[in-house]
Amino acid sequence: MNGDWHYRLREHKGTLLALGAFVAMFTIYAANHPAGLNANVATTAANKGVLLAIVAMAQTLVVLTSGIDLSVGMVMVLANCLASTIVVGSPLQTTLGVLVVMLVGVACGAINALIVIFGRLQPIVTTIATGAIYYGAALALRPVPGGDVDASLADALTGQLPGGIPASLALLLALVLLVWLPFRRSVIGRAVYALGSSEVAAYMSGVPVRRAKFVAYTLSGFLAAVAGLFVTLITYSGEASAANGSTYTLYSIAAVVLGGVSLFGGSGSAIGAIFGALMFRTIGDLLFVFNVEPLWQPLFQGIVLIAAVSLGAFRLLRVRNRLELYG
Amino acid sequence: MSLFGLQGVSKRYGGVRALQRADLTIEAGRIHAVLGENGAGKSTLIKIIAGVVAPDEGRMLLDGAPVSFATPAAANAAGIACIFQELSLIPDLPVADNIAISNPPRRFGLIDRRAQRRMAEEALARAGADNIHPLALVKDLSLSRRQMVEIAKALARKPRLLILDEATSALTAADVTKIYGVLKRLRADGLALLYISHRMHEITELADECTVFCNGRSVASFAAGTKSDNEIVELMIGREYSAVFPPRTPRAASDAPPRLDVRHLSWTDRLTDVSLHVHAGEVIGLGGLDGQGQRELLLALFGVLHGTTGTVLIDGKPVAITGPDVAKRSTIGMALIPEDRKTEGLMLPMSVRDNLSFAALGAMSNWGIIDAAAERDAVDRMIRLLAVRTDGIHVPAGALSGGNQQKLVIGKWLMMNPRILLLNDPTRGIDVGTKQEMYQLLRRLAEAGAAILFYSTDYDELVGCCDRVLVMYDGSIRRELVGPEINERALIGSALNIGAEKSGTRASEAPRA
Repeated sequence: MNGDWHYRLREHKGTLLALGAFVAMFTIYAANHPAGLNANVATTAANKGVLLAIVAMAQTLVVLTSGIDLSVGMVMVLANCLASTIVVGSPLQTTLGVLVVMLVGVACGAINALIVIFGRLQPIVTTIATGAIYYGAALALRPVPGGDVDASLADALTGQLPGGIPASLALLLALVLLVWLPFRRSVIGRAVYALGSSEVAAYMSGVPVRRAKFVAYTLSGFLAAVAGLFVTLITYSGEASAANGSTYTLYSIAAVVLGGVSLFGGSGSAIGAIFGALMFRTIGDLLFVFNVEPLWQPLFQGIVLIAAVSLGAFRLLRVRNRLELYG
Repeated sequence: MSLFGLQGVSKRYGGVRALQRADLTIEAGRIHAVLGENGAGKSTLIKIIAGVVAPDEGRMLLDGAPVSFATPAAANAAGIACIFQELSLIPDLPVADNIAISNPPRRFGLIDRRAQRRMAEEALARAGADNIHPLALVKDLSLSRRQMVEIAKALARKPRLLILDEATSALTAADVTKIYGVLKRLRADGLALLYISHRMHEITELADECTVFCNGRSVASFAAGTKSDNEIVELMIGREYSAVFPPRTPRAASDAPPRLDVRHLSWTDRLTDVSLHVHAGEVIGLGGLDGQGQRELLLALFGVLHGTTGTVLIDGKPVAITGPDVAKRSTIGMALIPEDRKTEGLMLPMSVRDNLSFAALGAMSNWGIIDAAAERDAVDRMIRLLAVRTDGIHVPAGALSGGNQQKLVIGKWLMMNPRILLLNDPTRGIDVGTKQEMYQLLRRLAEAGAAILFYSTDYDELVGCCDRVLVMYDGSIRRELVGPEINERALIGSALNIGAEKSGTRASEAPRA
């Protein structure tokens, strides 16, 4: 039908804008990098970007339900500390360790879900509280930074594939293909979007609202744990760093917004959030390339974030029906 | 000189021409009715007059001088107050704060609560709603009370032109009568009233002049009483008006147990000992004043209410319906078309496709993954069956007109072939043409073997559509009307519980709204 492409484009507008902005920024970055864009530069950039992208995916799932997950960063830190303890030894031990780390992430997400669903508490309060608990567990596990991780696994996932492609990008692609796309096309995925856009309508339509919320929070916990494992693989150690946890939580929200995911829930895509994350990371790299003092970095990142979010506000200039502003 | 006029006003939204060179003249001290189907341009007309949207061309005249309003506040300042179809009250604030919200009385820069309360009381009295306490929270009031507050709020601004958009669609019969009195008094005070309604008898009762809109054009203006109802309807739909209600088909006698059999259903003090049964092929009406437990009854059957007592049998077998997800299972096959399509029926930002396929997604998916091709086919079929006017299946539901949105809500449930269909006032705010399609659809579904329980606040509908009508009062069924007994007189009489055998203290109370 005639109008189809128009509406499809609109549906994916946020994702496409984030992709475009990222490509533009990354091109500037690569063109101005003193060493040029060689495989090593790309890999370092990719590892940092992928880490935030995974956390942003985790955040997206909860934001889609019109909730917010302030514990993602802490789940990541907990998974990091745990991985630095158990993802070592023989291949079998390592594999088991990875599974346990994932399971703990799933459990953290499930706890959030159960409290939100059955305790009927606000997600924002719930996840602040559970986040503190998860951080406490991380601290108990690893009071001082340290630990180790299986080196071959670390090299495989943080190094380069044949042809110089960063392996972390393959990991990110795998997560998109194996977690996000099936979710997006599943009945539960549709239910998550539905309850994000109108929980009452979703419930009255017989949509499994509780199950959908449970899946969203649990998958979010899982992805946060993957991010935590990835931190361990990059740093070869575990650290119960509150600053890290909080930073990643807040950056994940920034990435989600940059990626065109609505904080009101019900619209947006994890793929948009991934490009939002990569874009946010590139801001920092750009500042480095242009020799901005590291001290100024947070300030500039903040300015760019505001500027990017305001781009969305350009629609205000075009809106003729003022009621739409509040929709 | 007329108070207010529109000359050649046009408005486009993207490719849609909402208004085309529309003309309208409103005199002081008159009630001017605007009629038209949904999508005829009435809402756009109101938004332009109220300063919400700017017209593309044409001009507006106030006291003969051209005006334009940049904001609703500017229209307000010029003496135009508007009561929109969607209520604009803030639920968490008291009635008085809501009434005074745009310009609360102040002393030394702070809100003067005593003056505000006086202002609210005056406005409520003028709206004939002095039984509403100014300090009551809006969220604690019923829909119909809220509508009265909305009218009081508009009157508090001391308007010269008052616009009412479907203002009585949520009101109880008693309140409607009251509102008529209020509007006539305002007319006598010299106010100009622009009155938009779908209810034909309201027009004949109230209006001095009528203007009919069709496809964005003002097609005719005439003095009330100079055209018959049928002539008006033909102008509205732009085609000949045939029989509104399809003929009833007598149900073949059978020994099968009723499809839906409800015994002694009670819930808190809102439902008391309700028993009813609906056979496959029957359309059963629920009548009575608004707010007598009809909504609760439907919600209870659908499993939304906690703590109900009594038994529900489907095809003679007792079932426990604990929620909408259980109700829609194939063994029960129950669907509820909700009252408020915007919050309970549709995910407005989601696409037509997503909205239509929700209730039947299970049947269109394998291992939890949606079969996109099967979904698309089913959605396309439903769009054709219901003649939904849309630009494609990816259009957000919120972009459709009210009538087409309601078709989506119904279509969503038809996708799962419901065996029991509960309808909660499904034609409210819907145009004549769509209503007619809906009546025919109901009859077709019943003929195909569905059991239908149909609550409506429109008595004509109950008379025209139903095989039996159960009249509710104060949470229980007080009367069953069958065959020739189903007429407007009997419906209103039993709705007001006139001549009820039981005249205990509860029944003699004023009907709870």
